[in-house]
Amino acid sequence: MDMDRRHFFRACAGGLGASSLGLLGFSPQPVLAEARSFKLARTTETRNTCPYCSVGCGVLMYSLGDGAKNAHAEIIHIEGDPDHPVNRGTLCPKGAGLLGFVHSANRLKYPEYRAPGTNTWKRISWHDAIDKVAQLMKADRDANFVARTADGKTVNRWLTTGFLAASAAPNEAGYLTNKVARSLGMLVLDNQARI
Amino acid sequence: MSSLQSLDLKRRSATTTPPPSVRETTEIAKLIDVSKCIGCKACQVACSEWNDLRDTVGTFGGAYDNPTDLSAESWTVMRFSEVEEQDGRLEWLIRKDGCMHCADPGCLKACPAPGAIVQYSNGIVDFVEEHCIGCGSCITGCPFNIPRLSEKDNKAYKCTLCSDRVGVGLEPACVKTCPTGAITFGSKDDMKEHAAGRIVDLKSRGYQNAGLYDPQGVGGTHVMYVLKHVDKPAIYHGLPADPHISPLVSLWKGAFKPIALATMGITVLAGLLHYLKVGPKAPPLDDDAPRSSHNPPA
Repeated sequence: MDMDRRHFFRACAGGLGASSLGLLGFSPQPVLAEARSFKLARTTETRNTCPYCSVGCGVLMYSLGDGAKNAHAEIIHIEGDPDHPVNRGTLCPKGAGLLGFVHSANRLKYPEYRAPGTNTWKRISWHDAIDKVAQLMKADRDANFVARTADGKTVNRWLTTGFLAASAAPNEAGYLTNKVARSLGMLVLDNQARI
Repeated sequence: MSSLQSLDLKRRSATTTPPPSVRETTEIAKLIDVSKCIGCKACQVACSEWNDLRDTVGTFGGAYDNPTDLSAESWTVMRFSEVEEQDGRLEWLIRKDGCMHCADPGCLKACPAPGAIVQYSNGIVDFVEEHCIGCGSCITGCPFNIPRLSEKDNKAYKCTLCSDRVGVGLEPACVKTCPTGAITFGSKDDMKEHAAGRIVDLKSRGYQNAGLYDPQGVGGTHVMYVLKHVDKPAIYHGLPADPHISPLVSLWKGAFKPIALATMGITVLAGLLHYLKVGPKAPPLDDDAPRSSHNPPA
């Protein structure tokens, strides 16, 4: 290695300066490390019910932001609700992975309609979807409603269409589901939450 | 330093100056009751969710183990062992594997990077990846074969016992989610008491060898197991009966380190003394060519 007198002095002065700065505490890295900061500190907590099975566990959804007008909320974490009497904070592997369900590219976000004989799904509005369901229900009920049995007993039943409700229904929604379905004469009535 | 810390430090890798240790925080522990575990893997999912880890989809290994091993993105995995009992019955043993958070951590002792592995005063052993140099010494030093090097950034990762949750007074994510209550969390004393109750129950059900796995070879652990067969932990997917830090780690980082440092110091001192007594090496007499001719002026 070629080094003349001047280079040698320069190297010495540089090394002395760098080591002195290090000793004085101007280290490029923080001396002590902090545990990862708590990622939910100022997130918004929202209660909900797990959509998967009939157990109906309570979940807490944590979203970015405090609800300010210019901040877009985004769910960043989901865990069990410790105050929910069903699960008291626990969640099964499916419930614990709800964040992936929320952000899934395959998640259904709006009604779609596939007409008979076609193989494509077409996006329709909620109004169109509800109208279509109502029309189909009415047509089926008009055709298949049984007011009396063959031996003359009054039954007023409609057995060709069923009603399936969601697991997130509380007792009140379950009561209303029963009222709506039974007032139409519907007897095939079920729900994941076993109303 | 305390203003930087949500958890007090007890030990720091490759550091000789003692950390501040006046405050006495509660020693915590996670207790895994293997007899209550149904292997649902909710803990694995909750761990990935909380720690923002998304492992790649692996391959089927012929058993329920999924993923088949720990990785830098899977800090806890369920280990499934099919064990035949003496009377011919099959026992399906399921153990949640992950860092044991030893009181005497082999990874920390083996680590050469200052501050890459720390032990908090509550007992949690945490990796600080910013300081990790990716040498893999922690894997050699671990008696339970837990840390894994990431292929993405060549740094070592493992369970943190959710130090970020524990630091604000919450339980770890796996503990919270466990649907059967097989995982519990609290002070180490409380967990020992809880385990004692479970062991009495298991013994009354015919498991005479039920007991607590809190191996003293590593000073006790902050993740403990209630095992139905504590007399033969190896049947739970090779859980070591008497884990110890490898004697090589103790040798290199213990007795050998001061000797090596002394050797280096003595060498430098000898060189200095030689210089003072004999002087610098004289250039050969026939070398009269000007040296600066090779160096263009700066």
